[in-house]
Amino acid sequence: MNDAAYNFGYLDEQTKRMIRRSILKAVAIPGYQVPFGSREMPLPYGWGTGGIQVTAAIIGIGDVLKVIDQGADDTTNAVSIRRFFSRMCGMATTEKTAEASIIQTRHRIPERPLSEGQILVYQVPIPEPLRWLEPRESETRKMHALREYGVMHVKLYEDIATKGKVATAYDYPVLVNGRYIMRPSPIPKFDTPKMHRNAALQLFGAGREKRIYAVPPHTDVVPLDFEDHPFAVETWDRPCALCGAGNTFLDEIVVNDRGGRLFVCSDTDYCNERQEAGHRGDGGAGLEAAE
Amino acid sequence: MYVATKGGETAIANAHALMAEDRRGDPKVQEIGAEQIREQLSLGVDRVMAEGSLYDPDLAALALKQARGDQVEAIFLLRAYRTTLPRFGYSEPVDTAAMHVHRRISATFKDVPGGQILGPTFDYTHRVIEPVTAAEEAPRSPEPLPYPLPRVAGVLGREGLLEDTPTACEEAITDLTREPLRFPADRAARLQVLARGDEGFLLGMGYSTQRGYGRSHPFAGEIRMGDVAVEFVAPELGFAIDLGDITLTECDMVNQFKGSKTEPPQFTRGYGLVFGFGERKAMAMALVDRAMRAEELGEEVTAPAQDIEFVLYHADNVEASGFVQHLKLPHHVDFQSELTLIRAMRTEQEALKEAAE
Repeated sequence: MNDAAYNFGYLDEQTKRMIRRSILKAVAIPGYQVPFGSREMPLPYGWGTGGIQVTAAIIGIGDVLKVIDQGADDTTNAVSIRRFFSRMCGMATTEKTAEASIIQTRHRIPERPLSEGQILVYQVPIPEPLRWLEPRESETRKMHALREYGVMHVKLYEDIATKGKVATAYDYPVLVNGRYIMRPSPIPKFDTPKMHRNAALQLFGAGREKRIYAVPPHTDVVPLDFEDHPFAVETWDRPCALCGAGNTFLDEIVVNDRGGRLFVCSDTDYCNERQEAGHRGDGGAGLEAAE
Repeated sequence: MYVATKGGETAIANAHALMAEDRRGDPKVQEIGAEQIREQLSLGVDRVMAEGSLYDPDLAALALKQARGDQVEAIFLLRAYRTTLPRFGYSEPVDTAAMHVHRRISATFKDVPGGQILGPTFDYTHRVIEPVTAAEEAPRSPEPLPYPLPRVAGVLGREGLLEDTPTACEEAITDLTREPLRFPADRAARLQVLARGDEGFLLGMGYSTQRGYGRSHPFAGEIRMGDVAVEFVAPELGFAIDLGDITLTECDMVNQFKGSKTEPPQFTRGYGLVFGFGERKAMAMALVDRAMRAEELGEEVTAPAQDIEFVLYHADNVEASGFVQHLKLPHHVDFQSELTLIRAMRTEQEALKEAAE
């Protein structure tokens, strides 16, 4: 099954060991960005090379891999990454969250709660939470070392002062284990609370930026907010049109050129399982048509 | 309708098939081979080797064919292959003073010991499109080229007018293909990034220094292109063995320097070195290298080319191409979050307006 010319998981064993060492350091210092010797992968930077390297370093023949992009198993990039690992490792893959031992994800956390022993690998485009406030890496590393996070609170405050609320919808900054401010990768705010004390190990790989960081199981992950402006997640005024779930992140699908829209679960596995269990939505009966 | 927005295996397979068909072009036209690319489009091959940081003309030519002539894509293919190669050691530093020169010019002196040797250059051609004529027999130099060819820098160096060549590095040199870039980045690390960096980016950056953004008064002290031997000391042998020759282009740029409290006024240097015949890149690299030495030489850092982090983080075209183009991957979850936020903010604003009225 796997391409004989390449090592199991594409990377050579020395490289995988180097990455695992970085992962161990990351787990030991939750939220701290560990620089690592990121390699060029046969997929482009920006396509999840960090996550792919982390997965390649930890995966074994007994693992069951699930790959999602925007919550779905069948988006093109998720399909492509899953095929890459099937080809390079020949291990089993799944679309079921419950069956997976490793879940590589881009932009979502599955709706079904994860359990102990599972590993969630995030693909990270920009790992540095302070980057938009300070473009220089030499500066931001100092700021983390000195825990100099005032600028971030000022930024959030300025948002509230000028816009009435924190104008960050995804990749919302969090404080990990009471020490490091961390970017959760571009997951929607909706998913941020799922990181808090999650039973699964959460690993983050940024290939182009050459950083790995981690949140060990059951670790505190707290979104930054103010007492009088508490953190709040997105809500929708209707349930999923397919499975009727009222507590999930919904994708908005434009279904016609009159602005008709359908709202459905972004997590396809969760939605399918609910439908198989007999749950039904209104199928878009109340299709919204903008005039 | 719902499924249509999500891709799938079939779509990917079809895209691959279409790409293969387009790559072949009109089947009535004869297919080109990698050897033809290697021999007849050699400067394209050289660039792929330089930025792919792997000296292998056959593979680079094959990559160019597979990439349909797209240089950055070919560079990416070579890099991805390079990652998988085992590392069994590092070669001895190549000695460019001992280069078998095909071309060597200096813009700072009318004549230099060993002479000005134009070699195979576009420089004095008239850029008129014409059917490429069959190769004429190349002129033979009446006498063999002197070897080794003395360096132009030596002429200025003897008078103490030019800063010294950095001496051999005692500490292990960072290998940026194995370790991440760290700051402050020393010159060896910076030159590695530049050597792998995108020619277009460096050209623009170098050009900007000539137009006043970090002006450094450059002169092309010497440009040489030719073959050098790569040597490797195998621990079990204990002496250097010759692995073969590679073609390199080297540029020694000479720049003005006002002097400082400790240093008398003298010329400083910027350095460029690339695989193959890549003069444009080598010269641009030398300009940018010198610009990034601003802080070291006590000059004010004001221009983009002098900003080390800015240059080093944005010079790599495999990184840049990937991240720019990743914007075409689906982002509908993030976009949905933004939509929800903007709708909420608009609703609040409307409500405030109504309340005010």
